[in-house]
Amino acid sequence: MPHASLRGVTRVYPGARPVHALGPIDLDIARGEFFSVVGPSGCGKSTLLDVLAGLTAPTGGNITFEDKPVAGQVPDGIGVVFQEDASFPWLTVRDNVAFGLRRSGVAAAEIARRVDYAVGFMGLRDFAQSYPAQLSGGMRQRVCIARTLVLQPRLILLDEPFGALDQQTRLLMGDEVLRLWRETGATVLLITHALDEAAMLSDRVGVMSARPGRFIDLVETTWPRERDSRIVAEAAFGVVTARLWSSLRNESLKAIGREPAPA
Amino acid sequence: MRRNHDGLIDGVAIIAILLAAWQALFAYAGDVAITPPLATMRYLVTLLGSASFWPNVEATMLAFVEALVISTLLGVGLGLWLGLQRFAGDVAEPILAGLYTVPKVTLYPVILLLFGLNLSAKVAFGVIHGVIPIVLFTLIAVRNLPPVYRRAARTLRLTPWQTITTVLAPAVMPEIVSGLRIGFAVTFLGVLIGEMFASQRGLGFLVINGISSHNVRLTTAVTLLIVLFAVSANWLLLAFARHWSSQGRDRHELA
Amino acid sequence: MSRAAAVVWTRVAVIAGCVLALEIACRAGLINPLTLIPPSAMAAAMVELLLSGEINGDVAHTFLTVAIAFVAAVLVGFTLGAVLHGLRRVRRAIDPLLASYYAIPIFVFYPLLVAIFGLNNLPLIAIGFLAAVPAMVIATLLGLDRVPRVLRKTARMYRLGHVTTVLRIVLPAALPNLFGGIKLALAYSFIGVIAGEFILSSGGLGYGIAYAYDSFENRAMYGRMLFVLLVAIITNGILYTWEMRLNRRRGRM
Repeated sequence: MPHASLRGVTRVYPGARPVHALGPIDLDIARGEFFSVVGPSGCGKSTLLDVLAGLTAPTGGNITFEDKPVAGQVPDGIGVVFQEDASFPWLTVRDNVAFGLRRSGVAAAEIARRVDYAVGFMGLRDFAQSYPAQLSGGMRQRVCIARTLVLQPRLILLDEPFGALDQQTRLLMGDEVLRLWRETGATVLLITHALDEAAMLSDRVGVMSARPGRFIDLVETTWPRERDSRIVAEAAFGVVTARLWSSLRNESLKAIGREPAPA
Repeated sequence: MRRNHDGLIDGVAIIAILLAAWQALFAYAGDVAITPPLATMRYLVTLLGSASFWPNVEATMLAFVEALVISTLLGVGLGLWLGLQRFAGDVAEPILAGLYTVPKVTLYPVILLLFGLNLSAKVAFGVIHGVIPIVLFTLIAVRNLPPVYRRAARTLRLTPWQTITTVLAPAVMPEIVSGLRIGFAVTFLGVLIGEMFASQRGLGFLVINGISSHNVRLTTAVTLLIVLFAVSANWLLLAFARHWSSQGRDRHELA
Repeated sequence: MSRAAAVVWTRVAVIAGCVLALEIACRAGLINPLTLIPPSAMAAAMVELLLSGEINGDVAHTFLTVAIAFVAAVLVGFTLGAVLHGLRRVRRAIDPLLASYYAIPIFVFYPLLVAIFGLNNLPLIAIGFLAAVPAMVIATLLGLDRVPRVLRKTARMYRLGHVTTVLRIVLPAALPNLFGGIKLALAYSFIGVIAGEFILSSGGLGYGIAYAYDSFENRAMYGRMLFVLLVAIITNGILYTWEMRLNRRRGRM
């Protein structure tokens, strides 16, 4: 039984000229798997995440999470890390991480325990009393991840969380996410535009077409659960990345308004 | 197309509501306070036709234009220098911001004592109102110029003059025009206040004279003229500024 | 010395230099003493007025008027701004009005206000209120506009109710802009009330300056003028510093 699934999901933005942003999408995500989505700009990757999380209602089709339909609000058990920095500039790192728990009526002792764990896990212990403005972009994203972590989500959605970071930091943050995935046993869906990131981190990678986004390829890596960014040394890594790019190249050309070359 | 019509409908609706409120105020407060819209407009037309009215308009406009020209030249010039000289700009900005929030009407007696009871006092009063926002906006606009613009101009091997006229000036224009828009309005305000206190001519004088002689018709009509002038001038400058800064906004979004 | 310190000291030096130049020019007879008295004499006159209590009635009058106008402008302005933010079409229609508001000389409406409220302090409070309220409305609209979409999405991820979202996320996020609006509202209500008192001869500090001018009492006039200027500069300066500190903590320079 899949952890989450989408059936015939479409999303059309209404207006004078309706924009068919996404779909139709059919996808099953297995419990505990690490699934990435890659695709050209504007293909609807973020829309896919919004719809799956219940942040946006689909125009057609349905979404289920743990066998219950997703509609209207974000289901309990789903955590989201957004592309933009969502840390609250008026709270310290510690208060940022504790925010969601305080609002949901968890006992104070339990809050302290979980916050301490998350702050330590994400390497923020020395900055717990700092404000986000005093931290670098990468650290602010770690705050956002820690904030999601304390909710003990069973499905973690990450929308291009490392988009604003440099390549080296991205690779290290990728290792962090893998560590997170292993320790929590959660299911992870990662949206990214970086093919190498998707190839090295995931169990499966879905390749989306240009708008309106549909899945045109599903690539299985066969990585062991215990892995990190040094997997780039494997020959299979190059094969996976090459396959992703061959599927993606034509779609990307379409997205920038150029005609794809004949096969 | 539909959006343009919406804007027009909304604009007409707002004007209708304002006129209705005006009429209602008249109904409530009576003609010791205000004259109703139609009567006011008719009286205004009469005023505009009478020979004794125009010297007042001239007096105000003369002082206003003079004050505006001085404010603009002084303001933009000083603002440019302060924006380019980082240190001077940093020193000056809080001083200017502080001067902006000071009730300048309290300085009017000083100006009267310095300049005497004539045109130059009104002009000076207009200038001290108008020059500050113009300096501030120009300063901030120049200071916030992305340094990459100057680097790009050098890679294109532009001469300093070309750099200023084709790259830097258009880049700071929108902000400077915003400053000029506010400067325009507060300079006008300054001149009016000046006329209200110690003057024998001008639109401001007519208003204060009307108040003290309980000539409600006159006060309301002149007030209407002042408001119409101020709002339409501001609206024109706003449209001008928007045209300037919207160049390049119609891009084709790819993907 | 750090650059920031150098800037502050230069600023102090510039201001002190100007005051000193004025003092010397007056004492040396370069400026007619009937026109302008030396800054030290102004300060002495001001201290005299304060110590003798002569100015107390005017101070109470002006401060009370400003306080009422200011608080009303902040509360009404915020409410109007918040409501307008939700009514998009109405906001679009009113936007040009708001954008031109400062161009309208408000004190021309004084006779109308007197006819409505009577010959008491209310018209003056109304003028201070009308001068300040648009700044608060505009600042509220801007602040609410600038709440990043991602923060509202975060609220939905936490499944927060509408009220909690507003109190815990929207308002704190909009606070810098709201504070800027409060700062402007205070400055404008003060300016409006003083200008009103000055031109329309009721009571208070503004009236005191105009009366002293009319009675050729230069010392009293300059003493009062200095007092008003100092009050304006100090209160606005305090708010300005608070605002800088608030923005610095949030990383918005």
